[in-house]
Amino acid sequence: MVRVDGNGGAASLIHVRGLDKKYTRGGEEIHVLQGLNLDVDSGDFVAFMGPSGSGKTTLLNLLGGLDVPSAGTITVAGDEITHMSASKLTDWRARHVGFIFQMYNLIPVLTAFQNVELPLLLTKLSKSDRKKHVETALQLVGLGDRMKHYPRQLSGGQEQRVAIARAIVSDPTFLLCDEPTGDLDRKAADEIMELIGRLVQEYGKTVLMVTHDPAVAKQAQVTLHLEKGSLVDAPEGAGKP
Amino acid sequence: MAIPVIYNLRSVRARWTSAIVAILGIAGTVSVFVAMMSLARGFKMTLVSSGSTQNAMVRRAGSTSEIDGAVSLEQVKVLQDAPGVARSDAGPLVSAEVVVIAAFPLKSSGTDANVQVRGVSPMVLRVRDNIKIVAGRFFQPGLNELVVGNHAATSYQGLDLGDTIKFGGGAWKVVGVFDSGGGAFDSEVWADANVVNQVYHRPENVFQSVTAHLTSPGALGAFKDALTADPRMTVEVDRERDYYDKQSKTLTTLIVVLGTIVAVVMGIGAVFGALNTMYSAVAERSREIATMRALGFGAGSVVFSFLIEALLISFLGGLLGCLLVIPLNGLTTGTMNFQTFTYLAFAFRVTPELLLGGIAFALFMGLVGGVPPAIRAARQPVSVALRAL
Repeated sequence: MVRVDGNGGAASLIHVRGLDKKYTRGGEEIHVLQGLNLDVDSGDFVAFMGPSGSGKTTLLNLLGGLDVPSAGTITVAGDEITHMSASKLTDWRARHVGFIFQMYNLIPVLTAFQNVELPLLLTKLSKSDRKKHVETALQLVGLGDRMKHYPRQLSGGQEQRVAIARAIVSDPTFLLCDEPTGDLDRKAADEIMELIGRLVQEYGKTVLMVTHDPAVAKQAQVTLHLEKGSLVDAPEGAGKP
Repeated sequence: MAIPVIYNLRSVRARWTSAIVAILGIAGTVSVFVAMMSLARGFKMTLVSSGSTQNAMVRRAGSTSEIDGAVSLEQVKVLQDAPGVARSDAGPLVSAEVVVIAAFPLKSSGTDANVQVRGVSPMVLRVRDNIKIVAGRFFQPGLNELVVGNHAATSYQGLDLGDTIKFGGGAWKVVGVFDSGGGAFDSEVWADANVVNQVYHRPENVFQSVTAHLTSPGALGAFKDALTADPRMTVEVDRERDYYDKQSKTLTTLIVVLGTIVAVVMGIGAVFGALNTMYSAVAERSREIATMRALGFGAGSVVFSFLIEALLISFLGGLLGCLLVIPLNGLTTGTMNFQTFTYLAFAFRVTPELLLGGIAFALFMGLVGGVPPAIRAARQPVSVALRAL
């Protein structure tokens, strides 16, 4: 169950307390997040919405260990990541986080197979095991027949599917999606959202997603709004069954 | 595990126009560097190969080269009886020699160049047993006859077999051509030492150096000890090869120093080329780098990956530079030997060691040009770079 009031139990998968993030820009201090609380359980699918500059991506970066907060704590599956060293945080990301980006962020000189294989290079899996995992992931996203294609040979929707395969191939603790349909047409966006929905429903994945698009947000179980640096339940979003 | 090398290979291929700038810069530097070093190596090898390890070169004590040496006939006789001197049925294998300089016109340009004319003993071919007459015959002692080194024969007018040429106040007939196997003697002209002394009005029975063929290379110690202990002898004794090695030092050092200066200056330019290529690679691929970092590749992996790429580019440059310079191998050129003030023909020697040195120099340039961009790549903030276009 998703909570933003700071009363969630310590047993929740993602446990955020008093999260602050300040930036200094042009000599001026900008308070992006202020005392943010969040509890997400395993298998939850949460959408974050809010106007541009409200701190959605900042929150995602903090949850993914790509940035460090000014204050507060983030605990994921019992690991407090806010005080980890940069190298430990890098290892932690490799084990626990699957990223899905708006612009797919595939490596253009690598094939779909090689792109999906990248996170597995950080594991101890043998080459043959890596191959099995990559094939499974690409088949799951419906691109079993596009493994040798380069990103430039794929459509935007297909590229995002490869990115999703890359995000799930190492079976991370949770997925972070930053505007996953932001660069896609409606049809491709629907297909991507259907795929992410399947990951949650059929495979029990935990997904945290930032989006501008209310139609996309509706696919999530819970939609939270960022307002004045804190999360609030959205009146219309809380409760897609 | 590190970021796969295939990523770097394909990235270089995808951005080949940028890589080619660095590759050409490094190739040019390496080729100039290897060419200069092979020039020095060729010069040194030409002189060093002139000397035999089994020959001893005797000069007046304190003389720096044959030109300012003086050894009397009495001293030559003492020397002939010294221990370690090889003998034949015709007597001890010793050649008392004089050296004079004569100017001959070069066939290529018609301008005069100084040639070392060496007055030798009739025994000389047994003293220097690596030298062979390849055309004509050896000179007759007592006659104004010349045998010429094969470089001299092909380089100068009037030194072809059968030619008669005037110099030093006499007329000389070329009766033979010899080959010393690429040594400095190939640029010389030889005649009977006594005839040279007479024609040049030099004091009779005074020579400038004596070369003695020893029974073995190990016999030098006893030979040297006997001569230096003898109060009649005020001479300096060197192994012949060591003497020529010393002779080669001045010009070799000059070429090496000049070559190094040129290579360093060009190398600085090439490093900037590599820096530029790698910085633009980092700038263009900042989102890819950030993605790798987000996936869990560490800063060290990113540094390593970009260093591999810089080394790959510089290796290609080094390889190209070496390929460009290989055709120079064996190409004959000539220069003034500042020890003797005579013209010396020698060939570029592009050796495997020099090529490896060139590749190592290229990799060094790649490393210097690759480290700062690689560090920048690893240091850029991931969260910002992820959104870069």
